[in-house]
Amino acid sequence: MDQSLHSRPVDPGRMTRALRLVRSAPLTAKIGMVVMAIYAFVALFAPLLAPYGEVEVVSRVPFEAWGPEHLLGTDQLGRDFLSRLIYGARNSIAIALVTTVISFTIGCLLGVFAALVGGVVDQAISRLVDALMSVPDLIFTLMILSIFGSSVLNLILIIAVLTSTRFFRISRAAALNVASLDFVEAAKARGEGLLWIAVNEVFPNILPLILSELGMRFCFIFLNIAALSFLGVGLQPPTAEWGSMVRDNAALINMGDITPLIPAAAIAFLAIAVNFVVDWLLNRASGLSDEG
Amino acid sequence: MTGRETIPPVVEMTDLRIEAKSNDQWSKIVNGVSLVIRPGEVLGLVGESGAGKSTIGLAALGYLRPGARATGGTVRLLDQDLLAIPEEERRPFRGTRVAYVAQSAQAAFNPVHRVMDQIVMVAVERGGMTRAEAEGRAVDLFRALQLPEPETFGRRFPHQVSGGQLQRAMVAMAMICNPALIVFDEPTTALDVTTQVEVLISIRKVIENFGVAAIYITHDLAVVAQIAHRVAVLRYGQVVEEAPIDRIMDCPQHPYTKSLWAVHEMPVAHAADHGTKGAPLLSLTDVSARYRDFEVLNGIDLTVGQGETVALVGESGSGKSTLGRLIVGLKEPAGGQLLYDGKPLPHRVRRRSAETLKQIQIIYQSADTALNPRQTVRKIIGRPLTLYHRLRGARREARMQELLRLVELDETHAGRLPGQLSGGQKQRVAIARALAAEPRLIVCDEITSALDKVVQAEVLRMLLRLQARLGVSYLFITHDIEVVRAIADRVVVMQHGRIVEQGDKDRIFAPPHEPYTETLLASVPDMAVGWLDRIIAARAA
Amino acid sequence: MTSRSHPILSMVTSRIGLGLLSLLIVSLVIFSAVSFLPGSYASAILGQNATPEAVAAMEQKLGLNRPWFLRYVAWLGAAATGDMGMSFAGRPVMTVVGPRLKNTILLASITAVIAVPLAITLGVLCARFRGRFIDKFLSTTTLASISLPEFLVAYIVMMVLAVKLQLFPSMAGIRNGMDFADQLYRMVLPILTLLLVILAHMVRNTRAAILSVMASPYIEMARLKGEPEGRVVLRQALPNAIGPIASVVALNLAYLISGVVVIEVVFVYPGIGQAMIDAVRNRDVPVIQACALIFATAYIGFNLIADVISIVSNPRLLHPR
Repeated sequence: MDQSLHSRPVDPGRMTRALRLVRSAPLTAKIGMVVMAIYAFVALFAPLLAPYGEVEVVSRVPFEAWGPEHLLGTDQLGRDFLSRLIYGARNSIAIALVTTVISFTIGCLLGVFAALVGGVVDQAISRLVDALMSVPDLIFTLMILSIFGSSVLNLILIIAVLTSTRFFRISRAAALNVASLDFVEAAKARGEGLLWIAVNEVFPNILPLILSELGMRFCFIFLNIAALSFLGVGLQPPTAEWGSMVRDNAALINMGDITPLIPAAAIAFLAIAVNFVVDWLLNRASGLSDEG
Repeated sequence: MTGRETIPPVVEMTDLRIEAKSNDQWSKIVNGVSLVIRPGEVLGLVGESGAGKSTIGLAALGYLRPGARATGGTVRLLDQDLLAIPEEERRPFRGTRVAYVAQSAQAAFNPVHRVMDQIVMVAVERGGMTRAEAEGRAVDLFRALQLPEPETFGRRFPHQVSGGQLQRAMVAMAMICNPALIVFDEPTTALDVTTQVEVLISIRKVIENFGVAAIYITHDLAVVAQIAHRVAVLRYGQVVEEAPIDRIMDCPQHPYTKSLWAVHEMPVAHAADHGTKGAPLLSLTDVSARYRDFEVLNGIDLTVGQGETVALVGESGSGKSTLGRLIVGLKEPAGGQLLYDGKPLPHRVRRRSAETLKQIQIIYQSADTALNPRQTVRKIIGRPLTLYHRLRGARREARMQELLRLVELDETHAGRLPGQLSGGQKQRVAIARALAAEPRLIVCDEITSALDKVVQAEVLRMLLRLQARLGVSYLFITHDIEVVRAIADRVVVMQHGRIVEQGDKDRIFAPPHEPYTETLLASVPDMAVGWLDRIIAARAA
Repeated sequence: MTSRSHPILSMVTSRIGLGLLSLLIVSLVIFSAVSFLPGSYASAILGQNATPEAVAAMEQKLGLNRPWFLRYVAWLGAAATGDMGMSFAGRPVMTVVGPRLKNTILLASITAVIAVPLAITLGVLCARFRGRFIDKFLSTTTLASISLPEFLVAYIVMMVLAVKLQLFPSMAGIRNGMDFADQLYRMVLPILTLLLVILAHMVRNTRAAILSVMASPYIEMARLKGEPEGRVVLRQALPNAIGPIASVVALNLAYLISGVVVIEVVFVYPGIGQAMIDAVRNRDVPVIQACALIFATAYIGFNLIADVISIVSNPRLLHPR
């Protein structure tokens, strides 16, 4: 009976497995991955792709129409719309990414820590998180930014702290689940330290779950920053940012011009792409646990 | 018997084949099974976990779990081939002509509806009964099943009823429309032995009184011997042997069927076999423990000698596992004294010296949760070597391979993850991890109860060999009397957090017993036909 | 037994207590935000050119020289009676915020009244026909639409229905004197946009809540008793999913709150979100505080109601042993 598993094929390499995984993805997830790759490419090579500079005033006429010179026309100050769109990819994505990484790190570290230590420490952190979560994110951010001023750093920090509450919640819950398993108890009985247990026993087991949360939160942060910029308290001019580009050119909409909706659509496409990929990963993860 | 063959069967399965999807691949879980059940007959389906028992039982209702598909064969229920008709036409048979009793009634009853509402639903909606008729029949069934206060029992919600009673209520639910067939899917597995007897008696009575045909699924041969007329032994989705119950019990033919007796037939260990026992290694005096206001252990006096195996026996909630956790320092006692090797034993893990931690190890019931699924066997066994013995690199690897061989595995297993090992192999890895510390005392918490019988016997024999070689002591926590007989030197019986009785095994197993020990021993089914009959007869007298 | 109170009562009481506690903490955070304001509160009111004497007099008048916790208690006490102090523009905060609050409540409640039943129905449909066309269609479209920025949805709605088809006004400026039908007519676009924004979230979460209940053994048992699938969902799964669905709805009303801010700005709707953005631009802190406190109170209130619903719908608590 015990020998029956000897014939199991050798484990294929990581690369092969990853490739096979991608191939098995549904169409929506594949589209998502392609779109994400395109965005990454545009963001990385923005200076090479953009016909004009980010803040360069290229026309005396504001709101110039689409034409061969300026493919998408010019904005309210006569800057090339397409170039700002391309630079906007860089700014919007980079800031959202940095914010996500910071909030992920804070939230997960605290979450696992609280779950393993338990007791008063856990209670104190959890109450604080509950309080932070009981104000809607956008409202809280608006309030703090209006007091401290909207600098990029403030924007990143406040959103990172607020979003880290979600990472805290999910990583704490996941870590509590894992911490109740016998192998964590066995490690405690063996005399292992807390840090060792967190790094070796708990973290690898909650990683898949919090990774898909990472993707989802990136979307929320990305949309949040766009909304704040649209409201005029996010990234400040002259930085090209998709949300503020919509706001600055919104007047065109009443004239039936769709140009201001292009940056909004750019935001939407990336968010949809990420969500499609995350959705697939989540379904996969839950499908696997159904069978396991 | 010949007369019976001519009666049309209730259910007839022919060459049934079912596949299930896992990891994007279809694998066969039922592979060409043919079974016949005639009116009033009880067929036992026996096999280990993963043998396909439940899948076959559900197929008798024309039901396939999500992710499963039938690839061949027929399931003929009362002249209707269930697999040949669409789901919508199969559905009306369920609950009326064929019914199901699940393993855990606590999970199978809907928490928001009253017990009576759930029981009479099918009868009122599709069984052609009025609500009053259905309730009347339910109350009769409650009475036949010896449920307390049958008139008002149904008004309760599932969570207001004990596990054993709810299990019987589910039998009533299955019987409400007087079906031709009931599928019992491990109906007593989740229960304690003393409760199991009551439910077994009720099931037997109902089957006999109402003459219903049944499929009785279990992994426990001793249980099926009390209920079934005929037994089919399953392995890897195939029937390896099918025969009347007496023949299976008296002269099993297939080697796999014989292996189900593996633990039962282990030579009974006697204290004398190991030679003399050494000085006390661990002794507890008047130890108590509590969770909040709830006392879980009270006045525990216990000694484990060097090289000795002490079995801790009791039902769930007796506090035996808490006692194990207390000894390894994971649960703090509320009072009493712990001595290890003649010196006081600090209560908490953090207060214990590395040497003490090393000497007392624990092995858990389920290797699935006791081994980190993301660590290789090499890392799992290697960690205590580094932690306790400062071994690294080649020396660590050499020692790890030595340990693998000690638990009868080999170095090819070192690079695997627990998910790539069988249940028995996983438990061996867990044992190797404990041995890596070179302990003097191992707390074994129900370590064989999640294993198949054959593997159980192998693991137990291995533990005895290790004890003879290394002189290690075991505190063996178990609810399985068979296991106790096979390996214990001394037995400690626990109930409600107290020790009821303790002493040498031969003395505990020989009358006179303490009343609770008596009940416990009397509740464990014999591996023989007629045990339940004797109990029922004794009660009637 | 009778002398002890019903466990539900004590649980509900403790939840309300917890809700009040978080409200207290939140109010403290909102209050203390002011103390981070660069420069003093009084000079902010009086403007850059105020003399030090005037500032001191103002501080005296506002009681700013008292210890902070006394000021906090006084502020909170006043807030509880609806007095939020004076705005930097020199008007009582409540005269700025009050009428707009009414408009926002109107907008939000019309949206919620349509969205909640619709979302639950669609969520149940998805769960009932899991993996079938309607489920796949709704799952994909809702997944895509939760990824849309609110202002994009708003502008598309405006572009199509107001600019191209000219069915509705693109600006939802409602005034007090207008009759209700006219107000409603002007509110169609903001309501439609808000609906699109929160429906997607609610449908997805309701579906997930029901599906997680559908994994329970008693659902399989109901199927094995021959219950039709529709009844399995409605009679067996749904009553058990009330608690989770209530939390889902409460959670999504938070999206309604942040959605309200953006959408009021797009449609120039005179609501509290618009008021808050104006205040943020003018850094009129007392108004911001008032708006934040109102939004937070609403949010905490929704969650409290959801908690109470899930306690009351739990049979283990409703019918103790």
